[in-house]
Amino acid sequence: MVLMFEGLDAASLARAQFAFTMSFHIVFPAFSIGLASYLAVLEALWLWTGREVFLNLFNYWLKIFAIAFGMGVVSGIVMSYQFGTNWSGFSDKAGPVIGPLMAYEVLTAFFLEAGFLGVMLFGLERVGHRLHFLATLMVAIGTLISAFWILSANSWMQTPSGYAVNADGQFVAADWLQVIFNPSFPYRLVHMVLAAYLTTALVVGAVGALHLLRDRHLPGARVMFSMAMWMATLVAPIQILAGDQHGLNTLEHQPAKVMAMEGHFAGHPDGAPLVLFGWPDQAKGEMKYAIEIPKASSLILKHSLDAPLKGLDSVPRENWPPVAVIFWSFRIMVGIGFLMLGLGLFSLWTRWRGRLYQTRLLHAFALAMGPAGFIAVLAGWFTTEVGRQPFLVYGLLRTADAASPMAAPAVGSSLIAFVIVYFIVYAAGLTYLFRLMAQPPHHSEEGPRAHRPASAAGITPAAGAATEGAAR
Amino acid sequence: MTGAIDLATLWAFIIAFAVFVYVVMDGFDLGLGILFPLFPAKADRDVIMNSVAPVWDGNETWLVLGGGGLMAAFPLAYAVLMPALYVPMVAMLIGLIFRGVAFEFRWRTTQSERNRWDIAFAGGSWLAALAQGIALGAILQGVHVEGRHYAGGWWDWLTPFSILTGVALAVGYALLGATWLVMKTEGALRDEAYRLSWALLLAMLGAIGAVSVATPFLHVQYTQRWFAWPNVILTAPVPIAVAAVTALLLRSLAAKRDYQPFFLSLALFALSYAGLGISMYPYIVPQSITIWQAASPANSQLFMLAGVAVLIPLILGYTGWAYWVFRGKVRPGSGYH
Repeated sequence: MVLMFEGLDAASLARAQFAFTMSFHIVFPAFSIGLASYLAVLEALWLWTGREVFLNLFNYWLKIFAIAFGMGVVSGIVMSYQFGTNWSGFSDKAGPVIGPLMAYEVLTAFFLEAGFLGVMLFGLERVGHRLHFLATLMVAIGTLISAFWILSANSWMQTPSGYAVNADGQFVAADWLQVIFNPSFPYRLVHMVLAAYLTTALVVGAVGALHLLRDRHLPGARVMFSMAMWMATLVAPIQILAGDQHGLNTLEHQPAKVMAMEGHFAGHPDGAPLVLFGWPDQAKGEMKYAIEIPKASSLILKHSLDAPLKGLDSVPRENWPPVAVIFWSFRIMVGIGFLMLGLGLFSLWTRWRGRLYQTRLLHAFALAMGPAGFIAVLAGWFTTEVGRQPFLVYGLLRTADAASPMAAPAVGSSLIAFVIVYFIVYAAGLTYLFRLMAQPPHHSEEGPRAHRPASAAGITPAAGAATEGAAR
Repeated sequence: MTGAIDLATLWAFIIAFAVFVYVVMDGFDLGLGILFPLFPAKADRDVIMNSVAPVWDGNETWLVLGGGGLMAAFPLAYAVLMPALYVPMVAMLIGLIFRGVAFEFRWRTTQSERNRWDIAFAGGSWLAALAQGIALGAILQGVHVEGRHYAGGWWDWLTPFSILTGVALAVGYALLGATWLVMKTEGALRDEAYRLSWALLLAMLGAIGAVSVATPFLHVQYTQRWFAWPNVILTAPVPIAVAAVTALLLRSLAAKRDYQPFFLSLALFALSYAGLGISMYPYIVPQSITIWQAASPANSQLFMLAGVAVLIPLILGYTGWAYWVFRGKVRPGSGYH
């Protein structure tokens, strides 16, 4: 086990470990950001209308949220320590800038989520409806604040600003507002939060569609499917616009990333084509078998058919990111984005025709799109993170110079350990999530703990709480 | 940077506070996992799990604050210590994953699979507790630093001393867990928790004694810090207070009190922790890097200080509220409902 890593360098293994643990982590925050907001909406609708279906849906998704959130927490702690274990060069050099942003994330978001999560999951009968709704709201707001800080930190690594370098070679803040609101941050924040909402909407829509395919009259399934399809209809087009703006921002600040996304090895002085598909050959520096739309790339990026666009040949070779990964992951993300738009428009059309709950083709489409949000989120993050290479802090700190002085066997062994552990834990977690989602939402749906036989046997939640109070 | 307490010292106290809150809060819920094998009955296990289910996530957040805060306030220390503690840190993270997911997973499955998650909960808790204790010992014994990097090997942490601190911390967590159960349960479960508390208190006193005896042998500075005149005037009260708290704890256990054993165990932890602080100060990486050498620039520390001053009291407030909501004894079956 130790010998097999001798040929690999520690920095590459550390990158593999970060990519692996991050990919498994990010899907849960992406889901729980959206789901927390959805739960807050469901609870608000229940309190406002008094309709039981909203409470049933709230409890149904709360059980799923409990599992997803727990998995997000434990995989997130891994991330927060990995900066030190595998990237001590980064921690030392960028700690004074990145550290405070993450400390604020903990102080303003993680504690808020964790502090109110217990009440949200188990406290409805203990604190009353209004206070419980407040707890749900706090958890939802916490997930959004968390996104704010971590995306600010990530964006600073993409488009660093407001910094100086001190005598020890550390980045230090010259202007905290410029650090936090660095040039790519607003675009990244909007793009990611919308992605989280869409991801959740697609999961909710797929679960609704599954149960409509089984029983098209099920009230809970109808309500969640309709809500999810509204979300896809309204947010998918906004997301495409937001993504376009984000791309223009990237062109301004990280042109090499856009060149890789577009597959432009060579420059085009009079209008660059949009490469739909092709085979990027990094070694030769050319796009093979390209299928192109002439001048369309210039139209998208510069809003002019004949606008010149530079290619990677204008960038020193040692600063090239790995083109193939970026080129393909970008196309996967964009492709799924347009599928989401298609789903939204399809549902709008059936809704207008009054056939939203009867069109089985729509339900099958929505079911198939269930995991699409996760794939798009991962593809998008691969595009932007791999696109930042070979730098960790863009243009300033090379990835290779930021790794810990660890022996390759140490990093390799821990990578294998994480792979094994994640496969065990994620396989189990996904099984339990699918098991919950396979159940239809039903009448007097119960919360995360109440399904146990012991509590079902006569002790109602309220009675339990009352006994508890009396015993005090 | 004049005045009685400078910014770096203030931040050393803040980080120490975060780590201490983590140690006692996650300490008792890790302790429950450590004691889990001694409670084979499903009904008992359900009660034990339910007694911390609403708060464990918040408890663990203090660990993220400790780590994130260290990176932000003392990046050099974080950059040196994490590679030095590579194996214990990875082991701790893996332990925390297994025990963390068990909280939800064990309710979603069949009996035989539930047993597996119970093992994951207990095993994960053991692993995390031992790894944290070993990390503590590895820090105390010092790490090999060159320039701004850790320069040792990836097994340097493994010594008899670090194993001792690993076991000592696991024993301490178990005591916190047992006294937590005394506070939160009733009947036969609580009686068993009392019995365990006696044994674990004696074991913890033995562990405190062993670590206290071994520490001065690590570095001559530790010996001087504790025993040289006039330091001894300041250090002598620590063992005296340990003796006093122990006496009170023994009395509260004998009198079968509900709340006192837990809070007196916390006091025992606080005193041991103060002892560690006395040994280490002003080093953050013992004998290599002081808090001033490791400190991030004043504007980073000040920027965070503003947040800490406002947010920590707020956090303590709503965390306290969450504990208050779930106060009282947990009953079999009813859980917190």
